[in-house]
Amino acid sequence: MKKISSLLLLIMISITASSQQEVEMADTMRSEGKIYVVVAIMLVVLAGIVAYLVSIDRKASRLEKKLDELGKR
Amino acid sequence: MKNSWWKILSVVLLIYTVIGGLLLEVPRLVIIHESIRALYFHVPMWFGMVFLFLVSVGYSIAYLRNHQQRFDTIASTFAHAGLVFGILGIITGMIWANYTWGSPWHGDPKQNGAAISTLIYLAYFILRGSLDNPEQRARLSAVYSIFAFAAMIPLIFIIPRMTSSMHPGSGGNPGFNMYDLDSRMRPVFYPAVVGWMLLGTWIASVRLRILQAEEKILDLEYEKNK
Repeated sequence: MKKISSLLLLIMISITASSQQEVEMADTMRSEGKIYVVVAIMLVVLAGIVAYLVSIDRKASRLEKKLDELGKR
Repeated sequence: MKNSWWKILSVVLLIYTVIGGLLLEVPRLVIIHESIRALYFHVPMWFGMVFLFLVSVGYSIAYLRNHQQRFDTIASTFAHAGLVFGILGIITGMIWANYTWGSPWHGDPKQNGAAISTLIYLAYFILRGSLDNPEQRARLSAVYSIFAFAAMIPLIFIIPRMTSSMHPGSGGNPGFNMYDLDSRMRPVFYPAVVGWMLLGTWIASVRLRILQAEEKILDLEYEKNK
């Protein structure tokens, strides 16, 4: 009897173990649509940094223009 | 902002990286789970760094071939931007390692190699800062730059493959073997690499123009005082 119960236990464990083969991913987060919050935040950060880089780029252009005028004088 | 199509391309690719990197399907693997997406952001840092260092060493060689101060400025600016990418690569790698390997610093050969090559490039700027004569600085740092680049290649790409490293593609296997199995990651990974390379070039180019303006001011002052 003890042997049978331990065998049953072993089978049960192996069944639960095999059902856990599915790798856990953030599926709930995706199905709830919360992943879009992360996407939006990262896009805003990226957009902010790029906008800042563009403004520095323009500033460098203005500086070059001013220097060209100074050089001609 | 003339001829800025590549800047726009860089931004488009990076926006795509964020959206595609977070929303598209990735392989389901144990231990790394969802953090596999960090590949889209961590590895392009290294590709960006190597690309910027490659441009830098190219201009260092160009300087040694014909001594134009302009080439030295370009070489140092690209090395500067590359160093930023390298530091970001190390930090992002440490965060990822803490999650998947259990601690931020594992003494992994690739991790150590990356740290050493970053230090070698840091020494490039120490060398530059310690020399006042512009010609001497340009010549010595150009020679050192070639040494630094030559040291970086085995430290990052060769030694980790010869020993066992926890990075994928190490221990005798060709790089990206693990991801070759899953072509789902390529459509995001390659655009991400190009996007970050272009952004790095953009940042370096802006810094370069500011440095060139500074040099021009010095020239104008010199002419005025003649």
